[in-house]
Amino acid sequence: MKPPLWNVLGLVAVGAVGLLTLILVPLLAPVHVQLQLTLYFSFAILALSLAFIWGYGGIFSFGQATFFGLGGYTYAIIAINMNESTLAIVAALLLPAVFAAVLGYFMFYGRLSSVYLAVITLVVTLLFHTFLGHTAGFEYRIGDAALGGYNGIPAIPPLNLPGDTSRFIGPEQMFYVSGVCLLATYFGLRLLLGTRFGRIIVGIRENELRVELLGYDVRLYKTAAFTIAAVVAALGGLMFTNWNSFIDPHVFNLGTSAEIIIWVIVGGLGTLVGPIVGAIALGFLAVELGTQQRFDVNLILGAILVVFVLVVPQGIVPMTRRLLTEWWEAAPSREHRFEG
Amino acid sequence: MDTAAVVFIQVLSTVSSLVLFSSGLAVIFGMMRVINLAHGELLMLGAYSLLVAIKVGVNLWVAMLVISPLFVAIVGILMERLVVRHLYGRMMDTLLATWGLSLFITGIMTTFFGNTMEGISTPLGSFRIGNLTESTYKFFIIGMASAVLASGYLILKHSRWGLIARGTMDNPIQASALGVSPSAVYTVTFGIGAALSGLAGAVLAPLSGVLPTMGVAYIGKAFITVIGGGEAMLAGTGSASILFGTINQIVTYFSSSVIGEVALLVSAVVLLRVLPQGITGQFFRRSL
Repeated sequence: MKPPLWNVLGLVAVGAVGLLTLILVPLLAPVHVQLQLTLYFSFAILALSLAFIWGYGGIFSFGQATFFGLGGYTYAIIAINMNESTLAIVAALLLPAVFAAVLGYFMFYGRLSSVYLAVITLVVTLLFHTFLGHTAGFEYRIGDAALGGYNGIPAIPPLNLPGDTSRFIGPEQMFYVSGVCLLATYFGLRLLLGTRFGRIIVGIRENELRVELLGYDVRLYKTAAFTIAAVVAALGGLMFTNWNSFIDPHVFNLGTSAEIIIWVIVGGLGTLVGPIVGAIALGFLAVELGTQQRFDVNLILGAILVVFVLVVPQGIVPMTRRLLTEWWEAAPSREHRFEG
Repeated sequence: MDTAAVVFIQVLSTVSSLVLFSSGLAVIFGMMRVINLAHGELLMLGAYSLLVAIKVGVNLWVAMLVISPLFVAIVGILMERLVVRHLYGRMMDTLLATWGLSLFITGIMTTFFGNTMEGISTPLGSFRIGNLTESTYKFFIIGMASAVLASGYLILKHSRWGLIARGTMDNPIQASALGVSPSAVYTVTFGIGAALSGLAGAVLAPLSGVLPTMGVAYIGKAFITVIGGGEAMLAGTGSASILFGTINQIVTYFSSSVIGEVALLVSAVVLLRVLPQGITGQFFRRSL
């Protein structure tokens, strides 16, 4: 077990890097990098939701894209109807939570095995994709918002200060808003994992039967964790929709689900920093890949996934940590050998 | 009356399509407990090999019934040898790796064939019931599904090969002590599952069209059918196909195909809440 000092140092380091990024990037980097980072912050929040439910809860879900998209769509529909974002924010976090709780009830109280669970969440995501893709007709309107099928919903109003629509948040302020949200999500999840609830969740990952025999209702805890992860994903979707001021059914497609999993696998399962690093690094990589025309992006994403599962299953951050520790511990003994 | 007959044929053909495109998955998941998320891509490769074979002038039926299953079986065997083999017993890693393969194969096909839908004209023409016409090809699909189920039963139950396969899945150590190589049985079983998927992809291609991303349309329904069916491979896939296919087609008839798919999924989730082990976890428990 790691000493508490290291834990505190790690938290301080993450906080410092986060704050420095928020302060320095607008000063030093060109505007387009700042806008790109805003997008990757929303992806990193999405990655955190899977990192939490899968890495700590041991529940593998393909459904984080569903909650991401559901959050985005809810925000869009309510913000267009109300022309004001306060209620839209609340609803965009609440509706995915309710949906996750209902879905979670069916899955966890039915005691589906983890693999069945993965398949069900996958099917739900695909279903949203198909369903929203077929909402192009005029009858698919919710108030003033037309769902628009595969064409999506354009011109979504930006966030504004509560009750004051004249003071809305522009693209450059959005950088700070989503950056702060990302940091808050990270520290929030760290705090949550330190509580009694968080330790039971990790306990379920380690040995579900034992936790159950200790008298905890595993089904309830799992449903709760699933719901929390859904809220985190919805927060990401909210940020994404604001960055884009547009949303379409693509958020529900297999590619999105694939990317979330790749961020977590590449960054490191069972950590919270890793998936953030994975989301931001692969975000920049995807932009590079998008500029070349020779290979389809899916081909490269698929290859990365297969290679990581077969060769580096623990991910970049845990691997680096292990290599550093080994190097640290090997250093004195090496000196010793030279002396002897 | 005519309408009822047509609806009945439509329900039967939906059920048969479910049987066809789930059967390959049922073999690979049911016998080997491997979650193959590249299943949809195996179907897609079956459809594309039919398309290419027809273009170079091969007879449609030869291409559909011989070339597609053979080609996809080879792809399946390669997949098993190169990737899946290293991950037996690690269900989650298999799921992720086969999903990576699925993206990879879709990517390759998009690079070569472009992201455009190609059609294969439906053979066999159509027939009339009263004032309504229906495609004769649907009867072919119903026949193929029955043939797949029947031959699956005969092979598993009455052939030496079926016995070896079932024994190996049940207890690989015992089987290898009796002189069977489990590794070879796994490869062949995976190949057969892939061949069934290739066949299904080719048989359904004239109705669905051919597209690099077409696998996505099947993967969800195929998994729901196999999981909803439960432990027993043939009885499970058959009964789940009948249940979900009927629900899907009847709801589709009264509303739209999207609502039909929603109904299929919702009924599957409810079914798994009531019967977490699938249909054959509760009924027909001693069947295959």
